Amino acid sequence: MSTAITANHGVLPHGGAHEHEHHDDGSKTLLGFWIYLMSDCLIFSGLFATFAVLGHATAGGPSGKELFDLKFVFGETMLLLISSFTFGLAMLNMHAGKRGKVIAWLFVTFLFGAGFVGMEVYEFHHLIVFEHAGPSRSAFLSAYFGLVGTHGLHVTSGLIWLVTMMVMVGKFGLTDAVQRRLSCLSLFWHFLDLVWICVFSFVYLFGVL
Amino acid sequence: MFGKLSLSAIPYHEPIIMGTLLMVCLGGAALLGFVTYQRKWGYLWTEWFTTVDHKRIGIMYGILAMLMLLRGFADAIMMRAQQAVASADAAGYLPPHHYDQIFTAHGVIMIFFVAMPFVVGLMNLVVPLQIGARDVAYPFLNSLSYWLTASGVVLVMLSMFVGDFAATGWLAYPPLSELKFSPTVGVDYYIWALQLSGLGTTLSGINFIVTILRMRTPGMKLMQMPVFTWTALVTNILIVAAFPVLTVALALLAADRYLDMHFFTNELGGNAMLYINLIWIWGHPEVYILILPCFGVFSEVVATFSGKPLFGYKSMVYATAGIGVASFVVWLHHFFTMGSGADVNAFFGISTMIISIPTGVKLFNWLFTMYRGRIKFTLPMLWTVAFMVTFTIGGMTGVLLAVPGADFVLHNSLFLIAHFHNVIIGGVLFGLFAAINYWFPKAFGFKLEERWGKASFWCWVVGFYLAFMPLYVLGLMGMTRRMNHYANPAWQPYLIVAAVGAVFIALGIGFMLLQFAVSIRNRAENRDLTGDPWGGRTLEWATSSPAPFYNFAVLPKVDELDQFWADKEHRRAYPSHAHYADIHMPRNTGVGLIMAAFGTVLGFAMVWHIWWLAIGGLLGMIGSFMVRAFDTDVDYCVPGAEVEKIERARLVPLNKLIENVGPASAGEKVA
Repeated sequence: MSTAITANHGVLPHGGAHEHEHHDDGSKTLLGFWIYLMSDCLIFSGLFATFAVLGHATAGGPSGKELFDLKFVFGETMLLLISSFTFGLAMLNMHAGKRGKVIAWLFVTFLFGAGFVGMEVYEFHHLIVFEHAGPSRSAFLSAYFGLVGTHGLHVTSGLIWLVTMMVMVGKFGLTDAVQRRLSCLSLFWHFLDLVWICVFSFVYLFGVL
Repeated sequence: MFGKLSLSAIPYHEPIIMGTLLMVCLGGAALLGFVTYQRKWGYLWTEWFTTVDHKRIGIMYGILAMLMLLRGFADAIMMRAQQAVASADAAGYLPPHHYDQIFTAHGVIMIFFVAMPFVVGLMNLVVPLQIGARDVAYPFLNSLSYWLTASGVVLVMLSMFVGDFAATGWLAYPPLSELKFSPTVGVDYYIWALQLSGLGTTLSGINFIVTILRMRTPGMKLMQMPVFTWTALVTNILIVAAFPVLTVALALLAADRYLDMHFFTNELGGNAMLYINLIWIWGHPEVYILILPCFGVFSEVVATFSGKPLFGYKSMVYATAGIGVASFVVWLHHFFTMGSGADVNAFFGISTMIISIPTGVKLFNWLFTMYRGRIKFTLPMLWTVAFMVTFTIGGMTGVLLAVPGADFVLHNSLFLIAHFHNVIIGGVLFGLFAAINYWFPKAFGFKLEERWGKASFWCWVVGFYLAFMPLYVLGLMGMTRRMNHYANPAWQPYLIVAAVGAVFIALGIGFMLLQFAVSIRNRAENRDLTGDPWGGRTLEWATSSPAPFYNFAVLPKVDELDQFWADKEHRRAYPSHAHYADIHMPRNTGVGLIMAAFGTVLGFAMVWHIWWLAIGGLLGMIGSFMVRAFDTDVDYCVPGAEVEKIERARLVPLNKLIENVGPASAGEKVA
């Protein structure tokens, strides 16, 4: 097993004296993934801007103050933050080459992530069915469901990716390609945390003010 | 079971559409039959459809764009014909609902499925060769990007025969594009076609940024990159920064239409101006995404055919970057009439005018490059000169429109239509035609012949002026855009002139196709044996024409701008190496095509509300991607001996040739 790949250093997948310019040496993938994250960040910027414009357009319907339960959302937030920490532990074990522990921590991360998505689905269901505050009630609620829902869809695709990576680590071991993909997923997962912190602050905290 | 889809979705009662459908079916059957008869399916699949070679992907983008140019132009000439006759009491031959779809389709197709694929294809063909790379950073993603663009094309073409297309104008402004006012599937076709191809474009943008930043040949610093590559870098940064906003705007419009949300509706707090802001935050950078690479083309062409280094390389790079940054702070000039107040309008008016400064810098750089050069008026150069004159006029009318006060009068008038066709045809399209004539030998190994090329050139230029100069006048006379019929007979003579112009452009397109046909027939006479048919300055001319699949057997070393030119001067341009190393290359894969095919199914199912099929399409996309992710056999090794054989076959006769005819531009003298 060759050296680990980090965000700053790549290694060539095969040794030897050949020319390998063509090969993806990990660092290229990570740079590309960073750029992808920036484009995703712009998607969220667009949604935040939309929320900023429409946030007060309640059209006589309920406002954030009446709808949001901060304690519940704080629980959601904690699940996601802890999942980022457990992902970090998975990465540490990856660098240490401990395959079993990587899978175990990825699984723990998956549980916390799934818990977050579960709570969000519960919250949405509650709003739509019990509060009659679904996304078609007002522009404010459209913007709210649009922004928070997009984040939730991202976390869901992260969960699918997590399962895929557990299978991959089991099947291929910690090869360079698997490490490279884990590094990308790690970036993705932490990125979603950052976005959620903005959601928590701008949507929920300001919402109940 | 089939959602909103039923047999009544096919417009039997529209003779024009049914006639087109018949033509498409006959033409398609003939093409499929021909390929089957020639037993070329296997060849097409293994060598083209599954290719991850950037050069072939580039060529496929070009073919796609050329086909769509024919469709987009058919729309254009129908509109010109309608407006030439539909004066006063005459109604013309196109009913309003059909006419509205035609102008919408024309705009969408020309921007998204002609100009964009042409530009992306050109970057594919040229950028890796110019920076001495063997491929792009992510060859598989590149193939996926292409096929996603093709998915968009399939949906737009399908909308003509199954259902209808948006009748909203090319940016689908709400509230008109909301379900309430556009209840048919037209806007849905629009949304999903653009989402699919937009995803492809974003992926291309990421791909090329990493390619240019990370895969330059040893020694090539950023400020030693050819100008075309610089413009490609800035364009791709603009793509990655702008396209996500388009994705958001269209997704929110889709949420309004599918989930009864209220982002842009008239009711319950929706805000239509929000959409118009979002769409133009993408839309204005988009026009620079199109024009910047063309500025790069002109820079390469002018330097090559003036036999001089480009004047003001650095200022060209800074001007490109400056235009790139400024393109993000001008979007509001598309709707000064929104009424944001004098201060906001003044800011955006001034920032718009400022963009003309770096553009002016570029124009003077090209002029000074030509000054005292030994100019050869080849086809690429002719297109360049036509661009310089035409684009200057378009630029000046643009500055005029940037004055908010003037814009209040000219907003949505034909003056605006004339302006943007002036810069997009005179800038983007002329640039792409220059590029086709310039890089064709690099792609195919033989030059395009000049006679029909010149005929096409003159028809295009004359046709353009005839078709669009009258529109400036009509705009000042008060005629607005998108009119199916008008009551003022004073406008008709100008519209007849414009229609005649469109006929000239049709001739230009016809002659261009003839130029391709004749060139292919006579390719033996026009073969480029040297790889350097024009006496070029940049690295793409250092390798053979067409370039071998690995581009460069040994990566060229670069320590100055115009390295290849210097190498020719010092007679070291075609070194023979004693030893050739093995080369790793990515394997071809059909996954990109398959994913895009599932994407097309997904889009079609979403358009017609066939939910089970949509889920199937989505799962198909994810599943085929998973298959790819678990595939570890994605590349292969070309043995050094094979590389050596290919290289020797070219270099031995070439070096003899150079000994016989002498210095730097041996290639050109032979050709």
